[in-house]
Amino acid sequence: MAQQTRFGRKYLKAFVSGFFVAVPVTVTVLDRLAYVARVDGASMQPSLNPEGGHSSDVVLLNRWSVRNYRVQRGDVVSVVSPKNPQQKIIKRVIALEGDFIKTLGYKNRYVRVPDGHLWIEGDHHGHSFDSNSFGPVSRGLLHGRASHIIWPPNIEDKKELADFRVRRLQLMQAHLANVP
Amino acid sequence: MFRRALGKTVGFVGYTIQYGCIAHCAFEYIGEFVSCTGPSMEPTITSNDIVFSERISRHLYRIEKGDIVIAKSPSDPKMNICKRVIGLEGDKVCTSSPSDVFTTHDYVPKGHVWLEGDNLRNSTDSRSYGPVPYALIRGRVCLKLWPLNNFGPLNESPNERIPRSS
Repeated sequence: MAQQTRFGRKYLKAFVSGFFVAVPVTVTVLDRLAYVARVDGASMQPSLNPEGGHSSDVVLLNRWSVRNYRVQRGDVVSVVSPKNPQQKIIKRVIALEGDFIKTLGYKNRYVRVPDGHLWIEGDHHGHSFDSNSFGPVSRGLLHGRASHIIWPPNIEDKKELADFRVRRLQLMQAHLANVP
Repeated sequence: MFRRALGKTVGFVGYTIQYGCIAHCAFEYIGEFVSCTGPSMEPTITSNDIVFSERISRHLYRIEKGDIVIAKSPSDPKMNICKRVIGLEGDKVCTSSPSDVFTTHDYVPKGHVWLEGDNLRNSTDSRSYGPVPYALIRGRVCLKLWPLNNFGPLNESPNERIPRSS
């Protein structure tokens, strides 16, 4: 009987000390290094969720690369929604601070992105709740940069990433208005 | 000999990682010490005061009108600002200065807050850069730690800017 209590206590002690190691480490990794998220909605078609409906893509969000809030035009990023702080939205960075941009359905036709802000848009124009609705977003709202698609795992994974870069060039040419 | 040194190094690194993660969780989810500079919150907080800001209210979405909060600056996310919450989403706030002839009002949009410093004459706040998204708030200042003669919780706003809820 005494042996069993001793084993039970030892087990409990090991469990508690393991718990106190595992939880902070996991939380720190999710906050600082990487985060895995499921993408809902059709706003980033065809890059993410190309079929829509039942299948949702799962992406890996790199949180370490946004620790200094530095992103490039064309990156797919997740930001905290300015309209709902409990929700994260995944969109593409179209313009950085100081750029002049031609908007699609915003209250002003041309916008200069203010200091410390970004202009983000979904790839599926018209079906996207993005900067064309709520304006430029502050860089402090950046949450992570989507670097890989984890699910569905297809051999065209590398092709997907290359598509991101091709889209980046296309978007840069299409959206950055040349203001004389 | 090598194996022992390697074992000790690995143990040391393991402990450092573990305590580093615990420290990160404490500063991120419980509270942190902040040193405030600048005159924008006088007389409630003077420059070079040290205060303690707790993160729990922010993560539970319980920031209220009249709270002093630390937030990331909307124009530079690496800088922090310390201001008082004057209005939450949906509230009507006064956007004009006392010297204007007509007083203009505006409604705080959804998911944003309106921040103003207590030292209205010497503070760049929401009256310049507009409403601030809630997610930029880092924590709520609850206790002043330094200087010791002013130790304790913070006072109410000296200005009559907080609109009564209707």
